[in-house]
Amino acid sequence: MTLDAVRTLDVDPLLDDPKTRIVVCCGSGGVGKTTTAAALGLRAAERGRKVVVLTIDPARRLAQSMGIDSLDNTPRQVKGIDESAGGELHAMMLDMKRTFDEIVEAHANGDRARQILENPFYQSLSAGFAGTQEYMAMEKLGQLRSRDQWDLIVVDTPPSRSALDFLDAPKRLGSFLDGKLIRVLMAPAKMGGRAGMKFLNVGMSMMTGALGKLLGGQLLQDVQTFVAAMDTMFGGFRTRADATYRLLQAPGTAFLVVAAPERDALREAAYFVERLAAEDMPLAGLVLNRVHGSGAARLSAERALAAAENLDAENLDESRIVDQDGGKAGVRNSPETPADSAKSAASDRSSHNPGPSAGSESPDEGSPASDRTDGNDGTNRPAEQPAEQLTTLTGGLLRLHAERMQLLAREQRTRDRFTALHPEVAVTEVAALPGDVHDIAGLRAIGDRLAAGEGPTGAA
Amino acid sequence: MSRLQVVSGKGGTGKTTVAAALALALATEGKRTLLVEVEGRQGIAQLFETEALPYEERKIAVAPGGGEVYALAIDPELALLDYLQMFYKMGGAGRALKKLGAIDFATTIAPGLRDVLLTGKACEAVRRKDKRGRFVYDYVVMDAPPTGRITRFLNVNDEVAGLAKIGPIHNQAQAVMRVIKSPETEVHLVTLLEEMPVQETADGIGELRAAQLPVGRIMVNMVRPALLDEASLELAQSVPRTALAKTLSSAGLGGARRGGLAERLVGPLLEQAEEYAERYALERDQRAVLAELGLPLHELPLLTEGMDLAGLYRLSTELRKQGIS
Repeated sequence: MTLDAVRTLDVDPLLDDPKTRIVVCCGSGGVGKTTTAAALGLRAAERGRKVVVLTIDPARRLAQSMGIDSLDNTPRQVKGIDESAGGELHAMMLDMKRTFDEIVEAHANGDRARQILENPFYQSLSAGFAGTQEYMAMEKLGQLRSRDQWDLIVVDTPPSRSALDFLDAPKRLGSFLDGKLIRVLMAPAKMGGRAGMKFLNVGMSMMTGALGKLLGGQLLQDVQTFVAAMDTMFGGFRTRADATYRLLQAPGTAFLVVAAPERDALREAAYFVERLAAEDMPLAGLVLNRVHGSGAARLSAERALAAAENLDAENLDESRIVDQDGGKAGVRNSPETPADSAKSAASDRSSHNPGPSAGSESPDEGSPASDRTDGNDGTNRPAEQPAEQLTTLTGGLLRLHAERMQLLAREQRTRDRFTALHPEVAVTEVAALPGDVHDIAGLRAIGDRLAAGEGPTGAA
Repeated sequence: MSRLQVVSGKGGTGKTTVAAALALALATEGKRTLLVEVEGRQGIAQLFETEALPYEERKIAVAPGGGEVYALAIDPELALLDYLQMFYKMGGAGRALKKLGAIDFATTIAPGLRDVLLTGKACEAVRRKDKRGRFVYDYVVMDAPPTGRITRFLNVNDEVAGLAKIGPIHNQAQAVMRVIKSPETEVHLVTLLEEMPVQETADGIGELRAAQLPVGRIMVNMVRPALLDEASLELAQSVPRTALAKTLSSAGLGGARRGGLAERLVGPLLEQAEEYAERYALERDQRAVLAELGLPLHELPLLTEGMDLAGLYRLSTELRKQGIS
């Protein structure tokens, strides 16, 4: 099955469309969500849109290169990008505690706000227990959207244990914060434990009793004070969670599911695709990161390995023959033996002047030819070493290729499983890079790959 | 080896796989281990190719030499109900609490409580003895939350201390901390030879040490084989393409002339070598960073055929070879 059978996700039309206002990147941990979000933001900005990228937990060096390593919870303009098309890139890193504090400050006046902020229960809740980060990411998204200062908001989602958490957590926190339990807890605090208590039925007092027993009276009291202080804000939580939820379903929003061509990541991606459909949330497509390709895909892993074994055998033969007649025997049927050409390679190197016939891949600048002695160390036949070395290199190249082809086949299988399950999902593939991305140029390169869509050569 | 083995690591590094391989390795030669999952992802069931694990200890694998691996997926909600029933005979109240959303509150939102329940269950399994006074499990291996959350997760005492100053949750937290901070526990971190996971590992170790939690080993996972040595990498930079084409041709891969099959392989193969060289250099740097952390290092190979049950046994054999037993 080739990629032709799969719909290709066109990233540029999505980013360019003025109706696209929010792009949400979601997926399981370790698949390159943050990098994808940043690369999409950069690309959209350089194509003329005014963009803000909300990242959750960027790699330190990436954050530094974007100038958002100080955690101050406000978007900063990213310098060093191409603004000739009239776009701008802003970026921010989410500070969830700060975001929570801001909500409190916005909804309660001085004294009351301080009372809440100083409450131990609040402090633990806001410092990052299950759900808070997800809730605050969505809260921040709502804030950014309502400021209407940007054409496009690109959001990264928190590194949850499950990719679905960020859809569920806000509702869970929201329903807790204005649910029945809160009202039960609030009752004694409100009535000050006076005559009002008689309105509490026996069941409820048993409930608070049980909770007190379990959590310790102190905690219950903290929760109660917290709840009393937050009283006015509670309606707000549910309303806000609902509003953000609707925002995610709105026509201007596009979800991109990010995955790597690995079994677990694609399984999560499939769950996510199903879930988005169930929630009526608009899925734009799948970004498949770190896909490998090969320019020599026509050479199979099996043939490459067989050839490498041929060379091993030859190397053994050669070293035996070399001992006998002084290195004149090399490969049969060949006018110029590898030994000869390797010798010329060695002389090319030492003269710092690769001849035109050498067709050397790498520019010769700074080639430390004079330092290059380790290859000859410990041998008393320095002249013969290169021939053997060339065979060793070639064998290594072939084994490397075999490994690459096996990886390719595995990635292909995992991807096919996904596309068979979800043929309706458009896919864009991003070729794997050998290293990490931590600057604007790297993000730009990822953006190019995202937009090209078809992935590395030989991958399909 | 300590009896409670906690395995953490950045997302995507394969910590569930390593935890499972470790449980298998430790079960070899007639031992019994319990593999505990705390994040409700059913990763263990997928790995062992069985149906989803219920909230009960269940045998899932037999180790070489007759050992047994049991598995348990801890559900915090059920753990709490269990706990209420066990200590307070509050089964009925528990159901009522559940209706109110209190269980949800306690297990997903209330600070630290969820973690106390999860670690508490694992510590209980560590201490559990049979009628003859022997430990039921020789080792308990926990597939723990990722590096970013592990210190907070294990350091339940600090988390809960400010909140529940008295009461059963407080006592439970104290008991858990006694096990976790003792030599009975070791926390291992799984990483890859890549910049972010290594950075996170270094940060994680710093945090664990600051919290006086016992750091164990670094498990470098998915290590790719070294296919080109230094000398070959250097030669690849300067080798004439014609020489390479001829060698490929001599190995039976077609003509070495311009446009010949072997000749056309040279460019792509050298390109792959260049990518390999770049990665090799990065990996060398990351190894150096890891070496500076001063902890025992284990390296587990990348399984090119993908992760399956056979691969898991291979990894556990690898761990045994590297002295884990």
